Amino acid sequence: MSTAWTAILLAAVGTFAMRASFLAAADRLTTLPPRVERLLRQIPPAALAALVVPAFVRPGDAVDLLQPQLPAGLLAGLVAWRTRNVALTLVVGLGSLLVLRWLGWE
Amino acid sequence: MSTGEFTAGIRSILPMLIGVVPFGLVAGVTPVAGGLGADVGIGFSTLVFAGASQLAAIEVLTGGGTAIVAALAACTINLRMLLYSASIAPYLAHESFARRMLAAYLMTDQAYAVSINRWAGPSAGLAAGDAAGLERRRHRLAFYLGAALTLWCSWQASTVAGVLVGNAVPDSVPLGFAVPLVFLVLLVPTLTRAHAIVAALVGGVATVVGHELGVGALSVMLGAVAGIVAGALVDDDHPEPDPVPT
Repeated sequence: MSTAWTAILLAAVGTFAMRASFLAAADRLTTLPPRVERLLRQIPPAALAALVVPAFVRPGDAVDLLQPQLPAGLLAGLVAWRTRNVALTLVVGLGSLLVLRWLGWE
Repeated sequence: MSTGEFTAGIRSILPMLIGVVPFGLVAGVTPVAGGLGADVGIGFSTLVFAGASQLAAIEVLTGGGTAIVAALAACTINLRMLLYSASIAPYLAHESFARRMLAAYLMTDQAYAVSINRWAGPSAGLAAGDAAGLERRRHRLAFYLGAALTLWCSWQASTVAGVLVGNAVPDSVPLGFAVPLVFLVLLVPTLTRAHAIVAALVGGVATVVGHELGVGALSVMLGAVAGIVAGALVDDDHPEPDPVPT
């Protein structure tokens, strides 16, 4: 088997194990202690922000607040907050990034 | 299975495909451009089915790295799936093992986020024992599958398209930026309470700090955990006599 296919199979097994982990044991969960529930409630905002924030403030190899991704991201955030509309947010975010780059801001 | 909830799941994920399809194209183009062959791109998309981790593994492989290093790079990026699994497990606990494993295979950031937004609303309490509550509970998986299967099909189709078109996507289109924008739309509705805002702020900043310190792909997981702990510390929904020890 090629190196690439070995990597695919190992990554597939590892990734599925992580996806299945708590779901596999879900039937043995009884009522959750409030302390655990409180932790679980934090997962969506914390995990999503961990994916979003670096793309806005660190698009390259170092933190950089003077690049067009940050204003484009903030503008898109405003649209997302006011409209909750995915398509409009994408259009405004990508559009403003294109315009800022077209104006010569890299 | 509720057709209504299944359709609602499809509807909730449709607008996100604007961010998913270009990403899938890249997942198909990259291995071909790197000389790994079309089967590798399709193998990653069907078996691993997790965009960012696929690209990380492909980068290692095209750079001459070993299979173990490539798989570890992919798995590190996917560690956040442990958190998603823990988060949705209580909502699907009543489903059969086989159905829960199907839900696990189909788990993505987007399917997770739209589902938890729908299930964790004020009217979707876990403890609802009345008939209406049981009815809603039975239909949770339908909503999830509507969203997750739609994303799965789009991902596979766009990967195949990427494999076929090769390097025909112009570099001037900043499609990579569409991915964080999709997560942004999912993030905003979760920020309704102070604890969520703290979790997001700490999670985002800690991830950036992790990248700066050279933690690499582990940064997302470590940053998210920092945000979860910080949010839990200020979350006073269920005040207890003793504060949580840290």
